[in-house]
Amino acid sequence: MSLFKKSPWLLHYNCSSCNGCDIEVLAALTPMYDLERFGIINTGNPKHADVLLVTGSVNDQNLEVIRSLYAQMPDPKVVVGVGICALSGGIFAQCYNVHGGAAAAVPVDLYVPGCAARPESIIDGVIKAVEILQQKADAMRGRRRTATAAAREAA
Amino acid sequence: MDMTGVGGALLFLIGAPFAGGLLAGADRIVTARMQGRIGPPLLQPFYDVGKLFQKSRLVVNPFQPFYLWGFLAFLLVAGALFFSGGDLLLTVFALAVAGVFLALGAFSANTPYSHIGAERELLQMMAYEPMLLIAVLGLYQSTGSFLVRDILGSDRPPLVELPGVFLGFLFILTIKLRKSPFDLSTSHHGHQEVVKGITTDYSGPDLALIEVAHWYENVLLLGFVCLFFVPLHPALGIALAIATYLLEVFVDNTHARLRWQHTVKLSWWTGAALGLANLAILDLIR
Repeated sequence: MSLFKKSPWLLHYNCSSCNGCDIEVLAALTPMYDLERFGIINTGNPKHADVLLVTGSVNDQNLEVIRSLYAQMPDPKVVVGVGICALSGGIFAQCYNVHGGAAAAVPVDLYVPGCAARPESIIDGVIKAVEILQQKADAMRGRRRTATAAAREAA
Repeated sequence: MDMTGVGGALLFLIGAPFAGGLLAGADRIVTARMQGRIGPPLLQPFYDVGKLFQKSRLVVNPFQPFYLWGFLAFLLVAGALFFSGGDLLLTVFALAVAGVFLALGAFSANTPYSHIGAERELLQMMAYEPMLLIAVLGLYQSTGSFLVRDILGSDRPPLVELPGVFLGFLFILTIKLRKSPFDLSTSHHGHQEVVKGITTDYSGPDLALIEVAHWYENVLLLGFVCLFFVPLHPALGIALAIATYLLEVFVDNTHARLRWQHTVKLSWWTGAALGLANLAILDLIR
């Protein structure tokens, strides 16, 4: 059963975004777009989340924070970079303390373009990311099955 | 215990997760409609729990799963006791022990959010326990027995003699169902100030178990509501219990969260003004 597709829970983390993309992320959760139709919930807790939405560029201060958040999410999980800053650092890329986009800290599965990204494209990105999440879940189950079979063989 | 008792207990143990899950799904749709949204599908809570069971398990310490199983076990004991027609007092005490296990599980973790949740859970218990006991005492005073099967056999609804106790019970039901304005220990929405309170540190399959335990708890509490309406037709009793739940959803959507001081004060005063007064008057007119 593709349950991950039916219930992806989000964690939104603002690295050092200008708040433009964050407002659009929150807009996608308002009644107008109603993300809960797809079973999507904004959890605010890495231990409950499946999808990490990152906005803004990674700098010295938030590098460890985003790594820690990512580490606290149980597998399977996906990371979505929202907006141009999460892709490359955007207009902040040249700043002395900026490491670059979200990929400077964690493995990113998918980028949503825009400055700021539009709610429609964020929803589109999350839905696409959920497909990757499902693939990861299937791979995880496959690995578990192989491990069990190997253990049985060894016994 | 006779065969109907065993049947009732089995019906609860097997049927309550389905009923509770559907209730939670209906809750989310009604909530969404009240907010002008379409809302998730009816089976969404089952999708959520199924997904959580498929996630990998991150356990913060060895105590936490133990307390979690304690919470679930005592809830099941409470529910099985109730639906087998057993002692109401024992049911209430088993419920209290389950609550303590939940708080202990949250205390065993390191997150401040878990600790705030656990402290607030204990305060909530302090707030609702008196009224819960008054409700049990009221049912005893009205029907002459603490046993659910005797109360079910009474010839007129206990509600007739216990309107105050019933209203007081509805008040603390909001706390027990973890609805606003009393969702202090675990907020509905994880992006708020306490994150998820007591459940912050549970993840994957453990979180799924907590969710299922809450479904059991909700069904048990609605069963308690039904007790006030017996000996009406069971279908009518269930309809009234569902109506009560919808009322709670309405309250949930129209109130902001209270502070714990207000919660304790309000529920004690309500317990005294509605519950104790009702018991005293009933004692006088008898």
